[in-house]
Amino acid sequence: MTLAAETPTTAFASNLRARRTKNNIATVVMTGCFLVALVPLIWLLWTVISRGWRVMVHADWFSQDQRLTQDWRTPGGGALHAIIGTLEQVLVCSLISVPVGVLAAVYLVEYGTGKLRSAVTFMVDILTGVPSIVAALFIYLIFIIEFGAGFAGIYVSLALVLLMIPVIVRTTEEMLKLVPNELREASYALGVPKWKTIAKIVLPTAFSGILTGIVLGVARVAGETAPALILVQYSASRNSNLLHGNQASLPLFIYSQFPNYANVGSKENAFTHVKEVTNNYAAGRMWAAALTLILLIALLNLVARLISRRSKVSN
Amino acid sequence: MAKRIDVSDVNIYYGKFLAVSDVNLTIQPRSVTAFIGPSGCGKSTVLRTLNRMHEVIAGARVEGTVALDGEDIYGAGVDPVDVRRTIGMVFQRPNPFPTMSIYDNVVAGLKLGSKKISKSELDGVVESSLRSANLWDEVRNRLSKPGSGLSGGQQQRLCIARAIAVKPQVLLMDEPCSALDPISTLAIEDLIQELKTKYTIVIVTHNMQQAARVSERTAFFNLAGIGKPGQMVEIDDTDKIFSNPADKRTEDYISGRFG
Repeated sequence: MTLAAETPTTAFASNLRARRTKNNIATVVMTGCFLVALVPLIWLLWTVISRGWRVMVHADWFSQDQRLTQDWRTPGGGALHAIIGTLEQVLVCSLISVPVGVLAAVYLVEYGTGKLRSAVTFMVDILTGVPSIVAALFIYLIFIIEFGAGFAGIYVSLALVLLMIPVIVRTTEEMLKLVPNELREASYALGVPKWKTIAKIVLPTAFSGILTGIVLGVARVAGETAPALILVQYSASRNSNLLHGNQASLPLFIYSQFPNYANVGSKENAFTHVKEVTNNYAAGRMWAAALTLILLIALLNLVARLISRRSKVSN
Repeated sequence: MAKRIDVSDVNIYYGKFLAVSDVNLTIQPRSVTAFIGPSGCGKSTVLRTLNRMHEVIAGARVEGTVALDGEDIYGAGVDPVDVRRTIGMVFQRPNPFPTMSIYDNVVAGLKLGSKKISKSELDGVVESSLRSANLWDEVRNRLSKPGSGLSGGQQQRLCIARAIAVKPQVLLMDEPCSALDPISTLAIEDLIQELKTKYTIVIVTHNMQQAARVSERTAFFNLAGIGKPGQMVEIDDTDKIFSNPADKRTEDYISGRFG
């Protein structure tokens, strides 16, 4: 009986110390990784904000272009030309990609069977991996070489479509799969045809997820530089005609300021010398344009969240 | 309002797999018919062939005829959408549409149907359907709130209201109480008693007491053997099935000597 009195304590307590140690180690490692992942993000944001905000908060930034301030010694000017270009190119890209992408996903989840379905899935997978410069070269070959078109923002939009469609197909597909089959069955059992079930029951239920996917797609393409470099040339003045002529966009604007930033004062190591050049206004404009691009996407994200909250599916 | 169903020589396949074989039964109008039997014996499958809901599953097909007042619902030129509008269904788990209010849930079948219906008419349907489902008094002041905010039992009654709002002839219920507590179950069973005065009702249930309580006729389903298709063993008056069944297998099952 004395044995019975002693054993319980050892039986329950023997592993406690080891388990607690393991638990503590795992907690520390996870928290550490979280912080490590956070450091570059915060550092990046801090760099862009601290270097860009002073130029960006100036009233001219959202109302002027760069016609009069191309030189790095000249202060002022704005990013309106680049904001217009980015908004137009991304808007037209979305107008094409969203319906195509969402309907392709509807096909895959609701209708697709057999070979065609796997073929489409396979193509989407391949498209997801296509680098932006390859998409740009493809559009360049088809439109500018084969059709002999001149540079224009619309071709950037078309190259971005190739990048955006797979993102939207993938996210929409996942969201549609999350809609419980019971809802489709409930709708069929009421004598609602399949297309109406998809349009009025399935898509609304998945709406906020699909919207998130669209925002992710926009964020993915808004910062793409390669298509803009290849398919349109930078213009320091405003051009709101997507179909004709050179057009700035935020990535191109950043890129246009970069040589000034990198090379001013020295041809050796650009970055170490920049700090010494006191009147390099290109640097401020470059960081401000970068900050504007980040804020534009953040704003879009916020709007999407507000919309999806209003239409929230209650559980 | 209510119609009778004649099922003759029905075989149900999933692809090449014969799931249920050789079903013959008649379902009387304005009465409750219960399907009982062990899991996997094909009760739900047979139920779903009665309004062509099994066709939603790829590869499912049916041989034989299912006639609604003499008209074969598998006949050439019959639209499954019309069949389902005439023969409604309530599922095992309550499944109100999560994006819709209580009001919109009730009229979903009408709004998404082919006809245009005026607002005042919809209001009338909402009240009468919810009253028929014994839910009106509980939700009359929150019709614009989401249907998924109700309790499980209320949600299931909402689904019944939704099903009867399209004015079907027949109501199929696939284990409608299996996800509910006893009090909600009682509410649904009372409701079934009221609904059978207007509709033909077929209910699949695992609960034999429930079958005995609510139904006039009971069909017993069983597997012919391991790996063999499901079959209907017998259908008879519920009193007879539970007191003096004709088939030994039925007696074994209801007395717990099954297997």
